[in-house]
Amino acid sequence: MSVVVLLLTSIWTTLRDILPIAVVILVFQLLVLRRPIAHWQRVAAGFVCVILGLAMFLVGLDLALFPLGKAMATQLAAADFLDPGRQVGEELTVALPWYRYYWTYLFAFAIGFSATVAEPALLAVAIKAHEVSGGTLQVWPLRAAVALGAGFGVMLGTFRIVTGIPLPWFILIGYAIVIVQTYFAPKQIVPLAYDSGGVTTSTVTVPLVAALGLGLASGIPGRSPLEDGFGMIALTVLFPMITVMGYAQLAEWRNRRHT
Amino acid sequence: MRVAELRTLISRFAEPLWNSTRDLLPIVGTVGVFQLFVFQQPLENVGQMISGLVLVIAGLTLFVVGLEVGLFPVGAQLAHDFAKKGSVPWLIAFAFALGFGTTFAEPALIAVAGKAAELAVVDDRGVEHEAMQQSYAFTLRITVAIAVGCALVAGVLRIILGWPLHFFIMGGYILVMLLTPFAPGTIIGVAYDSGGVTTSTITVPLTTALGVGLASSIKGRSPLLDGFGLIAFASLTPIIFVLLMGILWS
Repeated sequence: MSVVVLLLTSIWTTLRDILPIAVVILVFQLLVLRRPIAHWQRVAAGFVCVILGLAMFLVGLDLALFPLGKAMATQLAAADFLDPGRQVGEELTVALPWYRYYWTYLFAFAIGFSATVAEPALLAVAIKAHEVSGGTLQVWPLRAAVALGAGFGVMLGTFRIVTGIPLPWFILIGYAIVIVQTYFAPKQIVPLAYDSGGVTTSTVTVPLVAALGLGLASGIPGRSPLEDGFGMIALTVLFPMITVMGYAQLAEWRNRRHT
Repeated sequence: MRVAELRTLISRFAEPLWNSTRDLLPIVGTVGVFQLFVFQQPLENVGQMISGLVLVIAGLTLFVVGLEVGLFPVGAQLAHDFAKKGSVPWLIAFAFALGFGTTFAEPALIAVAGKAAELAVVDDRGVEHEAMQQSYAFTLRITVAIAVGCALVAGVLRIILGWPLHFFIMGGYILVMLLTPFAPGTIIGVAYDSGGVTTSTITVPLTTALGVGLASSIKGRSPLLDGFGLIAFASLTPIIFVLLMGILWS
């Protein structure tokens, strides 16, 4: 079956991606540190699990979710969807007012949120944070906070493409908020919050968000898909920092009120 | 004995399996609700969708198990061994190699670099056009890979020396703001996005385990306060480096 072929191809590309990492680790572990890898059979089995798992995950996404998600991203900006009186395939000549794109904003938020929840890299960081914090940082609320931020970031990204407001403004204001929050947030959360932005934008989120940006930019008159399609990822990186620090601030504030 | 083994095996997979299913519900719900209620289209290829979802859930479960058995221990052991060896230059060399090696081969970066080259090298025509695009894309990939290498070096040094993270990150973003007005308009979006595309699903757990492992092995460092932050560096330096590259290229 074609699924088997897809799986084998996916395993092959995952292997290729992991190869430079494996080489770097082995060279340093064996030649520089000169120490064998402890329980190497277990570790090797773990790597096999990671490669197989990631390959299956990617093929599954390609079969079940990506085609539909990407098609939707394009469809949302189509003229006949935004303005029911128009013909299928007709192109807009004048930009519609920004509020006509409400389905796009809703979809952007929902897909940013839900893709982040499904992101394996974020899960890994949340597990580690839970372990390191001695259980005070719960896995699920942390991921929910990151997902809220990512959803908001993607939504703002679509708003930016619709309105054409230059990207640096959003980034400037966003980082100003981050700087102010860093002052007031509990010190323990700050590094984790900074990390959470970069972690969000990975296997699941990037393809969907990129498709959304591309579809939107090509559907709106006066926007170039190449030039305006960029910038979505940057906003998706930014807002999880704000929401994670916000979550810690809220938790601290509630604790203080209880005692 | 056999039964007990089987039971531990099942319990090892059962919880991640349930968690993976729960993690995928939102995205399935989003796509399903929009398809059925907003676009009012029936779901096509339901069989393919179900087999895809089974693969996604099984894959995520395997990944999480492999994470705990393979990736996390390797990162932690590396950190521990490096701390024991006490050689800072080798640790720096390792951090750079890890950052550079993983980023240069990153598929997401290759895709972005190709698109960015189309955008930047647009006025030239003819044969030179494509050659220039290729060299632009290649330079961009090298730039981002060096940036991530430097990011991990800076991040590891920060853990060793115990410097607070937020000074670096804020200083970095202030630098980004100062550089932005001087950079050509076409590269700004590319530069800002390049920070996000560099962090792959395999690199993230490994660098996190490395950072946390280092912070736990060095006396006086807190894993939570000092161990995290490597990814933050890796999402920041590519922006600065790519902006600089844009300024120098034009």
